[in-house]
Order: sequence, then C-alpha cells, then structure tokens
Amino acid sequence: MNGIGVFVCHCGSNIAATVDVKKVVEMAKLEPGVVHAEEYQYMCSEAGQERIAKAIREKNLSGVVVCSCSPRMHETTFRKCAEKAGLNPYMVEIANLREQCSWVHKDINEGTEKAVILTRAAIAKVSLNTSLVAGESGVTKRALVIGGGIAGIQTALDIADAGYEVDIVEKTPSIGGKMAQLDKTFPTLDCSACILTPKMVDAAAHEKINIYSYSEVEKVSGFVGDFTVDIRKKARYVDMNKCTGCGACMEKCPSKKALSEFNSGLSNRPAIYTPFAQAIPNVPVIDPSQCLKLKNDKCGLCARVCQAGAIDYKQEDEIVTRKYGAIVVATGFEVIKLDNYDEYAYSQSKDVITSLELERIMNAAGPTKGHLERLSDGKAPKNIVFIQCVGSRCADNKGKSYCSKICCMYTAKHAILIRDKYPDVNVTVFYIDVRTPGKNFDEFYRRAVEEYGVNYVKGQVGKVTPEPNGKLTVHGVDLLDNKQLKVEADMVVLAAAIEPSPEVRSIATMLTASIDTNNFITEAHPKLRPVESPTAGVFLSGVCQGPKDIPETVSQAGAAAVKVIGLLAKDKLLTNPCTAKADELLCNGCSACANVCPYGAISYEDKLINDHGIKKTHRVAVVNSALCQGCGACTVACPSGVMDLQGFSNRQIIAEVDAICR
Amino acid sequence: MSTANSKTAAAKIAEISGTNPLKCMKCGKCSASCPAFEKMDIKPHQFVSYVVNEDIEALAKSESLWYCLSCFACVERCPRDVKPGKIVDAARQTVVRQKGGNYLSANEIPALIDDDVPQQLLVSAFRKFRR
Amino acid sequence: MKYSYYPGCTLRTKAKDLDTYARKSAEVLGFELEEIENWQCCGGVYPLSSDEIATKLSSVRALNEAKVKGQQLVTLCSACYHVLKRVNDDMQNVEDIRVKANNYMKLDEPYEGETQVLHFLEVLRDTIGFDELKKKVVKPLTGKKIGAYYGCLLLRPGEILGFDNPENPTIIEDFIRALGAEPVIYPYRNECCGGYISLKAKDLSAKMCDNIMDSASGFGADMLITACPLCQYNLTKNSKATVPVYYFTEILAEALGVKGEEE
Repeated sequence: MNGIGVFVCHCGSNIAATVDVKKVVEMAKLEPGVVHAEEYQYMCSEAGQERIAKAIREKNLSGVVVCSCSPRMHETTFRKCAEKAGLNPYMVEIANLREQCSWVHKDINEGTEKAVILTRAAIAKVSLNTSLVAGESGVTKRALVIGGGIAGIQTALDIADAGYEVDIVEKTPSIGGKMAQLDKTFPTLDCSACILTPKMVDAAAHEKINIYSYSEVEKVSGFVGDFTVDIRKKARYVDMNKCTGCGACMEKCPSKKALSEFNSGLSNRPAIYTPFAQAIPNVPVIDPSQCLKLKNDKCGLCARVCQAGAIDYKQEDEIVTRKYGAIVVATGFEVIKLDNYDEYAYSQSKDVITSLELERIMNAAGPTKGHLERLSDGKAPKNIVFIQCVGSRCADNKGKSYCSKICCMYTAKHAILIRDKYPDVNVTVFYIDVRTPGKNFDEFYRRAVEEYGVNYVKGQVGKVTPEPNGKLTVHGVDLLDNKQLKVEADMVVLAAAIEPSPEVRSIATMLTASIDTNNFITEAHPKLRPVESPTAGVFLSGVCQGPKDIPETVSQAGAAAVKVIGLLAKDKLLTNPCTAKADELLCNGCSACANVCPYGAISYEDKLINDHGIKKTHRVAVVNSALCQGCGACTVACPSGVMDLQGFSNRQIIAEVDAICR
Repeated sequence: MSTANSKTAAAKIAEISGTNPLKCMKCGKCSASCPAFEKMDIKPHQFVSYVVNEDIEALAKSESLWYCLSCFACVERCPRDVKPGKIVDAARQTVVRQKGGNYLSANEIPALIDDDVPQQLLVSAFRKFRR
Repeated sequence: MKYSYYPGCTLRTKAKDLDTYARKSAEVLGFELEEIENWQCCGGVYPLSSDEIATKLSSVRALNEAKVKGQQLVTLCSACYHVLKRVNDDMQNVEDIRVKANNYMKLDEPYEGETQVLHFLEVLRDTIGFDELKKKVVKPLTGKKIGAYYGCLLLRPGEILGFDNPENPTIIEDFIRALGAEPVIYPYRNECCGGYISLKAKDLSAKMCDNIMDSASGFGADMLITACPLCQYNLTKNSKATVPVYYFTEILAEALGVKGEEE
C-alpha cells in the first residue's frame, strides 16, 4: 500500500456547518498509510474531482477516501473520477459525513468527533481494498410492463415505438384502467374514452406489443438485463383465437347479478362479460363465481350460442415464462374503502357516492346512461354537495397522510359539468384548501366559481344525516363566516382518497423494490431519479409511485420508457464485482450458504484441491457472479467463515469496527 | 395577547390535554360537528388557534368553556389527531383550578333541579363546573 | 357465570329500573351480577386532563376489586362504562397515571389494567349471543318499532371504548331484533342529548333532544331505548316530543317474561 488520499467535502454548509472539516483533515493525516489529505467546498464539482485526480496522479495514491454525502449519491461519481486518473475504481471508499453525521447532529463538537471516527473507519477499510474488475452480462431486448392503465399503455407504446418488444400484463379482462372509467378529463373537458381508446387500439395493434390481459405476474427472478418472469394467464374459459367478439354469449347469459366492476358496482353484468364495450381484447371472460355451468354444471347456454365454438369450460390457468431486460411497474390505484367514514353515511344512503361513482353516473355508457339521477329513487337532484379530502391529509389511524392531489381538480370538473348541463342544480363544494397547481388548473377552478356559480365553502363537513323525506342534511361549517351550516342535499359526493392498488405489495416483494409506509413504490432518488426504483432494471410509471393526474402520469410513463430504452439499447451491462466468493481450501461444502441465497447463485462442485502439495477432491461452494447480487447473506450463514463478499470482506468489516472502537 | 404568563398557561393546556395543537390543519370538522357551536363565543376550531397563539386570557373568559358537552364528536372525527374537545377541557380545568374559578355553586342547585334529576347529572356537572 | 357488577350512583336511586330488570334478566339468561363491595361513584365524567389522578381513584378501586376476584367487571350505565373503561385504559397504557395511582392506592399488588370492563350489552352480544337470547325470549316484542339511542358515552372515543362502530353502531339494533321487535335506524342515534349541560342550559339540551326525537319519530320509531339515566332524563324532560324512552333492560325483561313478576 503506497499511500491513501483523504478528501473532505464541505458540501457547502451541509457538512461544514456541523463538522470541523479542517480538524477531520488534520486527524486523517495522522492515520497510518495516509499520505495526502485536503478539504474542499464541493468535492463532487469538476474542480473537486480534479483535485482528487491530481493527487492520485502526483502522489501515486493506492487508495482514496472521500468524506462526503451518502455513497448512494456520489460513489459512482468518485469511482469514475479515480478510474480516469488511473486508479481502480474499487479502491475508493466513501465516509458518509452528511446523512449519517452532519445532518443528524446539531453540536459541532459531537459532529466532528463522529466525522473523525467515520473517516478513520473508511481509511482502515480502504487499506485492505483490492482492485476489482466488473464483469459483463447480456441484455434481453424486451420489456415487461405490469399494469395496463394509461401509465402502462403509454410506457409500452413509447418503448415499442423505439423498436423494442414489450409485454403488458393486465390483471383485469381489458386494458384501459381507471381512465377508461372516467367521463371527461380536466382541465380541457375532453371525453376520456375519446382520447384513451385510440391509444388502447394502438397498443393492441402494435407489432412490438403483446398484451396479456386477465393475467398476473406470479414470479420474478434474475436481475437487470436478464429477468425471468412467470405470468399466470387466468382461465378465461373463452378461446382467444376463436372468439369473434360478437357478444351473443353476454346477451344470453342468464346469470346477470354480478356487480359491474367497470361501473363501480352501480350496475349488473353477466357471468360472461367484457368490462366495457370498447374492451381490448374484445374477448369476454367467464366469472367462475357467477357462472351456473362452472358452479353447478347447469346452463351451458353461452357455449350453445357461440357460433365460433370459443367457449371452453375446461380451460385452466396457464403459466407463461418469459425473459425481460427491464420491468416497469404501472399498477395504478384504487379509491379507499370508506368504512372509516360512516359519519358521511356512505354505507347508509345510496345517494352518498364517491366521485368515481359520479363519473360512471355522468357517463353515457354508465348505469344511468349519463342522466344525473339519484340512485335511491331515480329522481333528478336539485342540490348536490361535494365533500373534499375524505381520507386524505389525515394524522389519525383512519386515513392517509398524503394529499391525493387529483380531487380538487376533478371536483371542479364535476361541478362545472353539472352546472353546465343542469343549470338549475345547486352545487356546493366543502373544501379545506383548494389545491390547483398545474397548467390552466387554477383558471379552471376559478371558472367553476365565477362562470358557473359553484358555491365553494371553506370547512370540512362533520356529518351527513339521511332524513325521513329521503333528502340528506349536510352538517358543515363556513369557517370564513364562522357559521355552522345545515345544507339540504339530494346527493352527496365524496372525494375519497386514492391509494396504490393492493397487489403492489406482492409485486414489490417479487421485484425486491422497496415501498413506503403508504405502499407507494420508492423511487431511486425523489428528485433526480423519479422513475427508477432503487432496484436496477425496475422502473415506475404512474400512481404506483405517488398520486398524480393524467398529464403527469403520461409524462412519467414516457420518462420511464426512455430509461427502459436506454437500458435495452445496450448490448452488455457491467456487473457489480462485489460478489461472494468461497475460499476453496477451507470450504467443506455444507450447503448453509446455498440455503440462504435469495438469488439461487450458489451451487456445488467436486473440485481437485491442492492443499500444500496434498491433492484431494472435495465438494466446494461456487458462486455464479452473474446471479450474485452481493447481499452478503451467505457470508454470515457460513459456519466456517470462508465465504467472503469481495469489496466487503470479513477482514475489511472487522478493520472498520476496530477503527471505530479504537 | 401573548405574555410570559400566557406562554406558560398555553404550554400547560397543551400538556394536560395531551394533544399537539400544531397538528391542526384548520379543516373545521370539529366546528361542523359541535352540537354546542351556536352557544360558543370561541368556536372549537378557534380554540386550537388561541392555544397556538397563546391568547389564554381570552380563552379563560370564554363562555365556550361552559358549553362544551364533552360529547367527543370532535375528538372522534378530528382527522389530525388534535382532538379539540380535550383542549377545551384542559382550558376549563385551568380556570376551575384557580380561586374563584367555579362556575357552579351548591346554593344554586335547588333552583335548577326537579324531582326526577338523576344523581348522574349532579355529579357530572360538579366535576365539570367546579374544582 | 359470575361477573363483578358496578351499579353506579343513579342505579341505586333514580334509575332503579335499569338495575332491577338487568338482574332479573341475567338470572333467566344464566349469569349472575355480583355487586362489588364498597363501590364509590365514578364521577359521571371521565377526567380528561392527564394530570388528574385523584378523580380516577374510585374507578381504580372498583377495577381492582374485580381483579382480586378474578372476574370481568360489568356495568349498565353508559357513563360508568365510559369512565371505568377509560381509566382502565390509562392504567394499562399511561405510565404516569399508572404509577401515581398505584402510589396513592398502596395495593398488595399494583393494578395495571388487568380487569376487563364490559357493558351488559357486550355480555349479551359476545358471551350469551343474540341468537341464544332470541331463543330465551318468551314474549317477543313483535310489531314494535324501536329506536336505539346510543348517545355519546358508549361509543366515543371509539379508539378506546371499542364498543361498536362509533358512527354507525349496530349492537342495540341487533339486540332489538333478538327481542322480536323492529329496530328503527335514524342518524341522530349517536348524537349528544346535552348531558350535564341540562343543569345550566336547558334550552341547548332541549334543542338537541328535539333533533334526536324528531329524527327517530320521523323514521317511524314508537319508542326509544337507552342505557344512560341522564340521556333518559334529558330526552324525556327536555324534549317537546312525546316518544317514550325506556331503559334497554326493561324491554329485555319484558321479552324474557320477567318484567311483571313483582307486580
């Protein structure tokens, strides 16, 4: 080891305000092996990097310690810098003086003391580092998109247009997602179906796009560039190759009591159904919980009327295994259950509905054919009250902590549409704050007030009481007037919070992607890498990452596609050389490591071992470095301590601990 | 008016109420739910602001202290876990604990009751209106 | 089955019916209410301030009595239930209150919230079961349209009381059904009657009681039932409406055929 250089970053005042950087430099100089130490305002800047490169060249450094922010932020930056200057990039260590030190301490003495210790540990580690060389792995030129809503469709189209194959896996019988359920879209009020269905058709017709509808991702293995995914194609009981989509089966089906998912449960659908008329694919599925034939072997009417002979009651689920280079999560959202908000009488009155249910009521293809009417008695409402923030912005155990973001705008949209079509209907909106950032958004909300005379009242509603005469009383408050209000309503519409689709948890687990406390998938960096998951090769599109409206979703979908294209365009990917390795001389082939390996990267071979001239054959662990992700589980499981993670060897870790305890 | 005394008093109210008034987002669900709203000079949602602003003198004089029913509608529905009812009660406590702070005296009782009044009414009122 | 029983002040005096009919019904249903010795008034309202200790001690005494006997503690009055359950929650979860209360009490063994507090209705629902209760009914209240009046104290705060869904409760409706009558669901059944405010501001209580009664009769209730003596008093005395208000135990005893025994 000819010499270690230590570079302490001020990070502006981020580090320097609570760490005496000059003291850290002084103390570093006293450490064994250190031949150079300096501090600089922004080590990651071009000038800062040049300082490191210069020192490497001039002092012929064998190892570098950068005392800066988290390695998640700039480890790659400094490794590249070292490599350019002629040093193996794995001879660089980061001491995290920002997230793990300056940001969590207030007292400069404490901060400095800890910074010195962290620096000492990194120096101890780097003096045991060895040069590592990254390997290479191939890239499967196909992407998987999980979820076929507007996010998934747009991502798939953008990837396919660049010439790469894409599979969309959609759990319901048709692509289209929540946007297909919407009537109009804000702030332009164009018809949702009119702008979505052409995209659905484009996706279906695209030669590079393959849609697995009524299918779910079952298992994921592999890694960036080389994922292997099992897709469960649920039994449709209809042969997709034979079905012509004539719809005769749906008409004749005698079991018509199931609630239509597409109409938010406000109408019924047959046991054999497509969710909506413009479904893609236009091939129905049989709901086995409703089908008389599948339940009691009676009926069979659909098979008899099907001219194409497409009905197949014996069909079973099928597992398809496909390889992908990249995976995009686009699993979308659901409206929360309103069980915690019985004060708003959602479960007690048919005339208290969610905004998504109102979308269906206002839609020409909806349960009331687009007529605004009460679900209890079919009468036209005269007074409609909207309640905002139901289950959003909560700090209790009942609701979500976040703002659902889309509700202010869609409520303004509903209010405008109602006042436009039914000028006699009075519309009152109870709001806490009106949040309308976005192009032409606030102007849209103001139009609701100024042009359409929508009555906006500041104050959350306390309770909604059904009255004996069939009307509803909304017990509210006008905070600006400091008056309690009792508003008579024929219909109450709740802007219920949205939450990530429930299956996102299991999908995130399969992908080893992390999720936050609200089940939104965590992005690699909230500002600079918003469409990437921290897991390489996994990308995010739409509401699975956080609440967003259609324009934002489409933007993010395109951004995710660009990231996927960037990945698929490569022929080879560099692999992480920090993989596990067994000491063949000492390994006794006990299998403890293979049992804990989550990636199936460890196998065993009988090897001829030359132990100081004594040759014998014995069983030893062999790590497939292409599969190994460097998690280190095997190194702790190994009873003989002979499994080591390169770059994080047991000796290096112990040296760090020793340095900290010194 | 915030003074050194009112600062201490505000801190005391926050402490014994066991809630954090800073969590309030001014949604007004408490005031929308309050059955005694009309009788209150300082409304439930305002109570929270008065404590935050340390305007304790006004709170101590407020009629609202004697109209809160402890029905817990605001406590149940507060989406921010501020539970204004507990703040009103804490303010009331700080008043009745002071000399001359009682709102009810035993002498008034005969004129206020009839033969059917349950004991529960008297013990509850004594607990709420007196030290 | 034997339960420790905490009657509370009003059940010895103005609300004797609530108590008497409960005991008679319990006998028919096969459980016994064993009154705890030397119980003291719970205070009627739960002392909300976190530094109130002395006002919680009478509850702690009762809770500890039940603990020593190894019994669950049953109450009938909504207020007693509310106070006992919340003090018990403090003794379980609030260290400061637990330590200070035990310092006062100097018990052989510190009380740490071990006793389970039950409302009589919870015994009917969870131990006897409403289906079983239905089988024991000899005079079903067929044709009667009864509104359950819950009030505040049984339900809120739901987080601590855990009695039923505080915004849309069902236990008393299920009880009414078990007795053969028809429950009338009306949205004011969990609104406040005014409670102790009726001492100094009767007008406010009157307005609130009118809202409750109007809503109940609007939805077709012939009568209301309640578990709280103060609710019973306020609804009966303060409202203009004439819908009769009974204790739930009275209609229970009636349906079980034990109401008129002494008459």
